[in-house]
Amino acid sequence: MRRTSLYDRHAAAGARLIEFGGWEMPVQYTGILEEHRAVRQAAGLFDLSHMGELYVEGPGAAAALAYALVSDPGRLAIGRAQYSLICAPDGGLIDDLIVYRLAEERFFVVPNAGNREVVTEAVRERLAGFEARLDDASLRTALLAVQGPRAQGIVAPLVDTDLGTLRYYGITQARVAGTDALLARTGYTGEDGFELFVPWDAAPPLWDTLMAQGSGVGLVPVGLGARDTLRLEAGMPLYGNELDRTVNPFEAGLGRVVRLDKPGDFVGRAALEAVLARPLSRTLVGLVLRERGVARHGYPLFAPAAAATPTGIVTSGSVSPTLGVSIAMAYVPPEASAVGTMEAVAIRDGRVAAEVVALPFYVRPR
Amino acid sequence: MDVPDGLRYTDDHEWLRVEGDAGLVGITAYAADQLGDIVFVELPAVGARFERGKTFGVVESVKAVSDLFAPVAGEVTEVNPALADQPELVNTEPYGAGWLVRLRLSDPAQADALKDAAAYREMTKAG
Repeated sequence: MRRTSLYDRHAAAGARLIEFGGWEMPVQYTGILEEHRAVRQAAGLFDLSHMGELYVEGPGAAAALAYALVSDPGRLAIGRAQYSLICAPDGGLIDDLIVYRLAEERFFVVPNAGNREVVTEAVRERLAGFEARLDDASLRTALLAVQGPRAQGIVAPLVDTDLGTLRYYGITQARVAGTDALLARTGYTGEDGFELFVPWDAAPPLWDTLMAQGSGVGLVPVGLGARDTLRLEAGMPLYGNELDRTVNPFEAGLGRVVRLDKPGDFVGRAALEAVLARPLSRTLVGLVLRERGVARHGYPLFAPAAAATPTGIVTSGSVSPTLGVSIAMAYVPPEASAVGTMEAVAIRDGRVAAEVVALPFYVRPR
Repeated sequence: MDVPDGLRYTDDHEWLRVEGDAGLVGITAYAADQLGDIVFVELPAVGARFERGKTFGVVESVKAVSDLFAPVAGEVTEVNPALADQPELVNTEPYGAGWLVRLRLSDPAQADALKDAAAYREMTKAG
């Protein structure tokens, strides 16, 4: 199992460590609920060094990525990012990822930790024939995220750039506390925040500097447990839960990411056009439980509640720390997907009523 | 981790406080800490009967679902009504306000087979 350069910081902070995507990572420090609330109300510091980081560069980089992914990174302005997907030829999802454009011919791609190798291999194969090369920088790049309403106030004094000009889904090269960083205004929590990509060994001193800067205003270290409840409240999919090789982007509610209008072929295009030509067989919805219980990944779902047999499945579920109700995401037949439809989650020997609601569950106040 | 004297403990981390032919049941501070923030507790109806070792309910934390096992045989005479709205009491006061059920013991002598505090402390220290 791999460890990030921050392992000693996690151990010293009393973190509980788990295996995640081949890495030994902190799932919680003081408690998931407390860490979750800190991110909603103040700020949280995350070690996300297990995530993948790939550079794709060359005169053909934009065209190569447009062929490899379902989005059109060539339309990105320099210093901007887009949420994207990489599909198999059959339209199934290999991963979801963020693509940043660093320069005209230089892109930065961040896949999930557990998919780093398969994404790297797929992108490498798909670059063949394009004037573009791939550099997998994952194991020399650490990633720290500062997320929450106080993130800007904590990060601003440490950087040589004006954060007021760095918009959501923007990225810039910056000096952060004396180290060279890629500084992005992205995240996976539903809050404002920053992601700092730095050299592997620069992460521990940067962690200390950020904690020293932020602890007085409520910055706490946050583990993967709260990261999961935060992203769930924000209605963001997680690969392995909502997304996998058997799911296509349209079922997952991510059709807006697929640019069928872009010029040229891309991997998955024919299959995805065929998907669009037929009615979907299932669609992702948000649920709020109207009776007591917790819906969890893999629980069968009667959708609608009167269905004779389970017709849907829960992909993620938890008590929402912010809303105080039990929430879930689930795949259901399209005819049972309208907001207000009543479903029933099979929990152990019983059925628990749940209502389809609009996603996301939580939108931050502005 | 707190392990009060005078209680009996199971290998599954429940505690039992024997009060004559009745017994109060909860989970230990060690178990509550291992589970993390508890967000839901499912308990049986009053009148339900359980054999020793049978599942009588469920505690759920943010990350995990964990069965509750009857430390001894008995009939449920009371369930903790506070846990419906405040499941976190199991974390904050596992031996007090976070108790789970009260049983009428079928055979009070069964409690003698459970671990005492010293033995449970030893077990959780090793584990």
